[in-house]
Amino acid sequence: MLENNGGILLNIEDLKVVYKTDLETVEAVNGISLTVMKGRTLGLVGETGAGKTTTALSILRLLPSTTGRIERGKIEFNGQDLLKLDENMMRVIRGNQIAMVFQDPMTSLNPVMTVGDQIAEAIELHNGKMPHEEVNRRVENILQMVGIMPQRRFEYPHQFSGGMKQRVVIAIALSCEPELLIADEPTTALDVTIQAQVLNMIKDLRDRLGTAMLLITHDLGIVAQICDDVAVMYAGEIIETGTVEDIFIGDWRHPYTAGLFNSLPDLRSQATRLKPIPGLMPDPSNLPNGCVFAPRCGNRMDICEKEHPKTVQKAQHRLSCHLYATGENPRRRDVT
Amino acid sequence: MGREETSLRMEKTTGIEKITFKRQSQAKEIWRRFKKSKGAVFGLGMLTIILAVILLADVIAPYSLATRQNMSLKLAPPSWGHIFGCDGYGRDIFARVLHGGRTSLSIAVIATMTSCLLGSILGAVAGYFGKVIDSVICRALDIFMSVPDILFTMAVVVALGANFINLLVALTLAYFTNYVRLVRSQVLNLSELEYVEAARAGGASSARIIATHIIPNAMGVIIVNTTLNVAKIILYESTLSFLGLGMPPPAPEWGLMLAEARAFLRTSPHLLLFPAAAIVMSACSVNLIGDGLRDALDPHLKS
Repeated sequence: MLENNGGILLNIEDLKVVYKTDLETVEAVNGISLTVMKGRTLGLVGETGAGKTTTALSILRLLPSTTGRIERGKIEFNGQDLLKLDENMMRVIRGNQIAMVFQDPMTSLNPVMTVGDQIAEAIELHNGKMPHEEVNRRVENILQMVGIMPQRRFEYPHQFSGGMKQRVVIAIALSCEPELLIADEPTTALDVTIQAQVLNMIKDLRDRLGTAMLLITHDLGIVAQICDDVAVMYAGEIIETGTVEDIFIGDWRHPYTAGLFNSLPDLRSQATRLKPIPGLMPDPSNLPNGCVFAPRCGNRMDICEKEHPKTVQKAQHRLSCHLYATGENPRRRDVT
Repeated sequence: MGREETSLRMEKTTGIEKITFKRQSQAKEIWRRFKKSKGAVFGLGMLTIILAVILLADVIAPYSLATRQNMSLKLAPPSWGHIFGCDGYGRDIFARVLHGGRTSLSIAVIATMTSCLLGSILGAVAGYFGKVIDSVICRALDIFMSVPDILFTMAVVVALGANFINLLVALTLAYFTNYVRLVRSQVLNLSELEYVEAARAGGASSARIIATHIIPNAMGVIIVNTTLNVAKIILYESTLSFLGLGMPPPAPEWGLMLAEARAFLRTSPHLLLFPAAAIVMSACSVNLIGDGLRDALDPHLKS
């Protein structure tokens, strides 16, 4: 967020999302705020169940209609509050200005339509009057851009490998040249060698098209590779945000973020065991009163269990932890 | 996987050529897969012959033959003059089977189409939108289903009178419930899938999602059910005629012929044999085609 390439694209403020069932209320996202700048990539990092996907679905207003509900907050896209738009206006934005890549390419393509038809559909949805030749040309261009032979547009999804399918999914997402691409763990379902290829391709296309990106992942390696900014999410809250440098080499570090780094294998260290974070994420239908991370935190203090920590800020780097409550504390080396 | 790397070197071809190429190849592809199933090809052949004969009925044996009574030929066994023999009023059975087929098959096909259309639309709407709409449609359906099919059709025909249109209405109302339930369950399953979510994230409208993503994926099941239903409706409609609620005599009609043949079953079984064979053959061929189509339309089974 240091160098603004033309201002704020997406601004989420105090967003709270709950899933209501007859039995319980699950607080999936708890008053988060985040900002995606034009042309920059924000990595949203966190464990399974931290509320990352819920955040993404809220932006597109695609929460399951029977249970999901946005309780409060603002989601501003280009200065326009998406939560106030009606369904028809939302449809114009979906796919055209904000596109989404889903986690599992195996299931996110329609099995009975050729991939070319699926890309063409995405283009025609938002360019109703475009002549067929033009649509076809764009389909072929976009396929070429994602590294698939244009001839393969007549093939069905099951004739593609996982990595190729994800390329098709990305092609669909980018076909209308959206301003914001939301990628929900785009490489999780792929094997490692393909992950690298697909990531490089995403990075390359993002740079070429100047698309801003919200990249949801649990892989810090991916974050280091392609993100500009990072937001770390835990139990529905953003506990730390900053630039990649702030998070990876800054002198403040939230104990949870520290835990995430300790769970990564490090080639340079001699340690024979990883140090995972003990315990599990709290039940989102029954969150602790104080700091949500307190039950698992190695640096827990009395205050942590009673009071919700305030956000402290240093330049772009913000985090919520009692350890840094004074705003002066040096980075604690002993955080686990 | 090696092929993708060469993509940049590929020559560009114009889109128009490709579209025509594609349309052809897809139809060809389905036909190629359809041909692989011997049963389906046999069914198609049989149905083609049946339809051809029925369509050409006027040329082969004029309608007057089917209704003209000739008591001297009463219960005549098959002979060169009357290859299927004659019935209790001395009418030519061959001509009656041909002309009866027109009524029977057209009622069966049209009633299947209308019930499929009505049921699929209602089912898709119920499954996709859920909530109140779903409840209303399902409860209304319960009312229809609480009356046994045969009783329901009979009631409708009796109330409205027995003619071609009313038979269609009765059979449609009796059968559309199957499709509502079938399509609704399919839609419930399919709309949970990620590609539907992805389509929605791409800005597709509900109508579009139903039409391009959900229905085509449910098509296999719908087609098989439809062909099974054509066969069922042929039998059903024969039942109605058998009970005297079908097309009014002296119009030739397969079920009616069975009913009339019953009186002479012991002495002249050929009265029963030919219309029954016609029913069995058409029901069978439609079923075989349905099975073949299901396999041919499913791209997963492409080999």
